[in-house]
Amino acid sequence: MTDHQAHALRLLTAKHRWRVWEIALWLAAIAAIFLLPSQLLILTEIVILALFAVSLDLILGYAGIVSLGHTAFFGLGAYAAGILARDYVAEPVTGLVFAGLVSGLFGLATSFLVLRGSDLTRLMTTFGVAMLLAELGNQAAWLTGGADGLSGISMTPILGLFEFDLWGRNGYIYCLVVLIVLTFVARHITNSPFGLSLMAIKRNPRRAAMLGISPKRRIVTVYAVSAAYAGMAGALLAQTTNFVSPDVLAFHRSADVLLVLVIGGAGYLYGGIFGAIIFTMLRDWLSVATPQYWMFWIGLILVAIVMIGRERLTGWPALLAARLKSRTGEAAR
Amino acid sequence: MLTILFDGIAYGMLLFILACGLSITLGLMNFVNLAHGAFAMAGGYVTVVLMNRYGIPFYLCLPAAFIATAVIGAALEVTLYRRLYRASHLDQVLFSIGLVFMAIAAADYFMGGQQQLINLPPELRGRLDVFGIGIGRSRLFIIVICAILAVALQLALTRTRFGSQLRAAVDDGRVARGLGINVSTIFVLTFALGSGLAGLGGALGADMLGLDPNFPLKFLIYFMIVVTVGGTSSITGPFIAALLLGIADVAGKYYLPQAGAFIIYAVMILVLILRPNGLFTREGGR
Amino acid sequence: MMALETRNLVKRFGGFTATHDVSLSIRQGARHALIGPNGAGKTTLINLFTGVFAPTSGQIFLDGEDITALPAHARVARGLSRTFQINQLFADFTPLDSMMLAIGERKGHGRRFWQPLAADREVAEEAVTTLERFRLADVMSEETRLLPYGKQRLLEIALAIAARPKVLLLDEPAAGVPEEEREEVLGIVRALPEDVTVVLIEHDMDLVFSFADRISVLAAGALFAEGSVEEISRDPQVKAIYLGEDA
Repeated sequence: MTDHQAHALRLLTAKHRWRVWEIALWLAAIAAIFLLPSQLLILTEIVILALFAVSLDLILGYAGIVSLGHTAFFGLGAYAAGILARDYVAEPVTGLVFAGLVSGLFGLATSFLVLRGSDLTRLMTTFGVAMLLAELGNQAAWLTGGADGLSGISMTPILGLFEFDLWGRNGYIYCLVVLIVLTFVARHITNSPFGLSLMAIKRNPRRAAMLGISPKRRIVTVYAVSAAYAGMAGALLAQTTNFVSPDVLAFHRSADVLLVLVIGGAGYLYGGIFGAIIFTMLRDWLSVATPQYWMFWIGLILVAIVMIGRERLTGWPALLAARLKSRTGEAAR
Repeated sequence: MLTILFDGIAYGMLLFILACGLSITLGLMNFVNLAHGAFAMAGGYVTVVLMNRYGIPFYLCLPAAFIATAVIGAALEVTLYRRLYRASHLDQVLFSIGLVFMAIAAADYFMGGQQQLINLPPELRGRLDVFGIGIGRSRLFIIVICAILAVALQLALTRTRFGSQLRAAVDDGRVARGLGINVSTIFVLTFALGSGLAGLGGALGADMLGLDPNFPLKFLIYFMIVVTVGGTSSITGPFIAALLLGIADVAGKYYLPQAGAFIIYAVMILVLILRPNGLFTREGGR
Repeated sequence: MMALETRNLVKRFGGFTATHDVSLSIRQGARHALIGPNGAGKTTLINLFTGVFAPTSGQIFLDGEDITALPAHARVARGLSRTFQINQLFADFTPLDSMMLAIGERKGHGRRFWQPLAADREVAEEAVTTLERFRLADVMSEETRLLPYGKQRLLEIALAIAARPKVLLLDEPAAGVPEEEREEVLGIVRALPEDVTVVLIEHDMDLVFSFADRISVLAAGALFAEGSVEEISRDPQVKAIYLGEDA
């Protein structure tokens, strides 16, 4: 093996290696079970939002698809898990997988809508699909509970072993495990040749085509995966709260998750997780100060982020990555 | 039957006036302004405040709503929008969603969350009976005003110096600047005009469409349908799209109330699948 | 059989005819230059070959197979590759990533979503060999946008070569390359494997005459003349429309 080849292999391996901060993040999340026992409900909320944002990152950060209706998949997953638990099987993991499948298939079915046209067409079709589902959910009251929401869910213990407790301890652990496993999977996907081709399509579709990449299948695949992730996030919400509000399909959720991802920075998977932590803490803090006008603040934050410049604001993860890269690069030499 | 058609036309005309500003910012300036509905809402609230609090007659409120929202639009263009013409669509989307949220919260804070009612002048209340067809007077008023505006707008864009300057500025800003056209002034004026028309539409439609803080989000989808289905290459496309949408929506609500807005969304998605650039755009060219 | 052939190719943009009834045959292994004044429609022709645009009428054949209706990526898979006049690179990728991508795609590995890049040894080895050949190995971990222009140009060509094309279309490979890096780029172009058919668009007549064995002259979208280097360089009409303007 030549020096160059050895160097190249070290560079490629370094991409896939777990970073110190990644491990620290997960350890902190696990430590929270013992250190913050009174905060587990809000932590569960963060974990669910994080998973939802990671799913958006797969299409926005990696494939460059701007969606105004990502909550369609989140809401569909929530209803799928809720209805399954109410009427058939109340075991959470079964419901999780079921919701992932339902949303994933729906993502697959609607993925051709984002293949064609400009950003604007994509915005409209994703938005339209979400509104359509919201309308359906509202009309099909016999199935979904309509405007009153879906209630009457009572989950059985996870895998028949761990019961959801009042303090939300097992609920948090359950959601965290799902987030860790799914982030691990997403990490694997994004570090594969498939992931590399997605990034190429986003950056320069003309050149990507000239390398023989057919963008359609790649986008369809990642869209379906992302939809399944969002569906599972929705399922977690339904299962940990025993309730599905029609609000899961509301427009503001699609906007919220965009904001979450933008706060944390798109395109490196962890943006959704950091964003969810910051977003939830901000919301808690601001809604204590002015409970009704959270919406005003969220709007102001969005405007401010754009005016200041997303790159400048969310440059910190990139900076961190660059620093770590140069360090691992040196180590690799 | 014909009454429904008539109501549908009035509704469609109103949608056109509300949405045509969006068609200009989106089609000509390539800016995804999801906050367009907020300007319409502002126009509605201006009217409500002027009429209910200060007792100013409805007919005077309409131009006031136009001017107020045009001024707000111009101010926002100069301070904020202007810097984002070249930003990515994602940035424009985030920014304008942010504005919508702020507008909703602000409206809620100042005006409360309830539906606002306005008392139309007596001559606009009730119905006329023409050959057995019941025609709402206010609807007729809306149609007349909107038709005049639509014609004026079409003439302004195609026949006047301003229109040709606008098209030049949009086609190639650098060349237009070289020709001595003040591109940024043109853009401010255009933006102000679009916002003003939305405000006027909001004022005209406060009675028909209802007015509450959620107005910008509730009607966003309608505006976007008008623009995407109509295409953005002219204002005739959005005009026809708005009429069709208005008639379809009114008829749908009357004949198939249980389907709700379902049909409208489904049709929009279908159109976007078949004609991603809109129904009424000429394909080809570049 | 001809490597690349067009029959009565026409492309109109609105009222403007960019390609006017072009019938062109390029034989296997040729070094074929396309020349013509600015705006003659050379790049449009390349865009038609590669599927960036669909022709208004006419047909394109690659190795005797009609590829007129195929999308761009399918033409690449059949052995047609190109470089761009203005670099089309992945700005924040490293040359190593770009090569991993290009070679992986050629081998059909791009659908593997569960294999870490580092585990794809055969692709990694070929990537490094190619990078060495194009003198990019020393900068393989730098971000592309930070490389000197000449190196970026080399990467542009390397990406096209990574597809192992039967026909390679080079759109002004040396354009914009500073004098001191120019020889490096041209050396690579001259050293392309003989069995690869090369179609070259170029303004630099010294390069055209030293490199090409056959020349087609385009003017106003139409094929104006075609012949060996000898014939073209002696043709007085070609001189008039093209060389005369340059000299």
